[in-house]
Amino acid sequence: MKSVLGDRKAIVLLLTPALLVYTLIMLVPVLWSLGLTFFEGSPLGGFEFAGFDNFIRLFSDSAVWEALWFTIRYAILVTLFQVVLGYGLALLYNFVLRKSSVLVRTLVFFPVVLPTVAVSLLYQKIFQSAPTDGLVNELLVNVGLGSVDWLGAGTTAFVVIVIMDVWRSIGFYGILIFSGLLDIPDEIIESSRLDGASGFRLFRHIVLPMSLPIVFASFIFSINGTIKVFDSVFALTGGGPGDSTTPLTLYMYRTAFQYSDYGYGSTIALLLTMICLVVTLFIFRSSRRDITS
Amino acid sequence: MSTITRGLRRIPALLTIAFLILITAYPLFWMFINSLKSNSDFLNNPSYALPEVWTWENYVTGWETANLSTTIVNSIIVTFPALILLVLFGTAAGYALEVLVFKGRGTILLLFLAGIMIPGQMIVLPLFTASFNIGITGSLLPLILIYTATGLPLTVFMMATYFRAIPREIFEASTIDGASMTRAFFSIGMPMMRNAILTVAIVQFFQIWNDLLFALIFAGQRKLNTIQVGLLNFSGEYGSINYGPLFAAICITVGGILVLYLVLNQQIIKGLAAGAVKG
Repeated sequence: MKSVLGDRKAIVLLLTPALLVYTLIMLVPVLWSLGLTFFEGSPLGGFEFAGFDNFIRLFSDSAVWEALWFTIRYAILVTLFQVVLGYGLALLYNFVLRKSSVLVRTLVFFPVVLPTVAVSLLYQKIFQSAPTDGLVNELLVNVGLGSVDWLGAGTTAFVVIVIMDVWRSIGFYGILIFSGLLDIPDEIIESSRLDGASGFRLFRHIVLPMSLPIVFASFIFSINGTIKVFDSVFALTGGGPGDSTTPLTLYMYRTAFQYSDYGYGSTIALLLTMICLVVTLFIFRSSRRDITS
Repeated sequence: MSTITRGLRRIPALLTIAFLILITAYPLFWMFINSLKSNSDFLNNPSYALPEVWTWENYVTGWETANLSTTIVNSIIVTFPALILLVLFGTAAGYALEVLVFKGRGTILLLFLAGIMIPGQMIVLPLFTASFNIGITGSLLPLILIYTATGLPLTVFMMATYFRAIPREIFEASTIDGASMTRAFFSIGMPMMRNAILTVAIVQFFQIWNDLLFALIFAGQRKLNTIQVGLLNFSGEYGSINYGPLFAAICITVGGILVLYLVLNQQIIKGLAAGAVKG
């Protein structure tokens, strides 16, 4: 029977289109980018061999370290909020609202599918301070606090970015973790209730351990996205004021397309790729250890 | 007493729910009322007040100045061909890698999987150089191809997972009638994967429709602007003087997605969650 499934013509015919497109548009460019790290210049101005110059520059470029620091701060904070608040939301759906949670779930999920650009422009307006106050400043003024120039300083702009990205993704993590909680058999929860476990103890000893796999899955998915943050920052603050909200992705974009330095841009992209790789491997290893122990 | 205490106990939960609904829906409602205000209304009244005069012309001005008819058409021209190619190629590859048997299929699947990790920044410069040299940067073709390729890792992986659940005997049996495995794919595999294909298509639709990085680089020319790039440019050029039309343009882009969401919300929610778990 094996010969039927080993139909060579079918394998070639069905696999080739995908493999060809994937190889030409993803794998070859990755290798090409690796090659570019040894050059300086752009397709318009021509390339010049630069040896290890780009790497030396990378390690001494303070803008890279600031961008990396921004990326790390952003990724850790947003991932934490996404998973923790998403868990809270999932508990709410599963234990408080139960069957009547469809409407709330559907509503809270809606921002997830909205275009990032639209959401960013909306948040610019909500946190606006000039020429007139936006919604948040109006609220602050009405309760007696002064208005804040949110997007005018790095620290407050960072706060706005985090709030916005948590706002638009929280419904997604709520659903993701909720689907994990649904997989916990009702009998287990019922029988531990009969044994006298309730509230926090039920959560601590039954629900939390049984939902760890989905928490790990959410964590991986979240960090994989937050490390690559680009759209929301680009559309909301453009990296500013100054470079204060510039993640690595945006620094790479600027280096390549504003300063036409493809070689150095590729070097920054390589750093970004290495970080994604290390983080993914690290999470996989630590999650495996947790399951076996 | 139990009903009263139970009622009281539910107060924190009810407050949480009210708060959730408020923070999700109010910004969108606020956006809508502001899309109907005139400029003087913006400057003289608080932003949470209802419009003095309901200025529906903002939608006309927004539609025209934001160039929405062009950008929406561009986004459609890019998204749907890419989705069709992606689904066709991805499903075929998923079938070949999961149902058919040959040496090295595990390695190839792993190769596809590795693509999920690669950030767009790592491929964009060679792709731009190549498109520039071939001379296709004046068209939307590069974007269609790029979205097809970048969507493949997740699509192939998800389709392979779905095919794993189907007993191979079904495909083998069809060959008794003389059909090749290619025929079996189109006559049995594809139809059986209808739901899976819908899921994959939904996940990828939002990825492609909402993408900004590739669109900025390959659709930067005004006639090629996708809806995201067009909206961003509109905000940069006119956003600080035309408040109402800007809000109106945002409302239009959000409104299109809202219509889609009203029709398909449960499939969208399930699809996106499945995309994350499988990925």
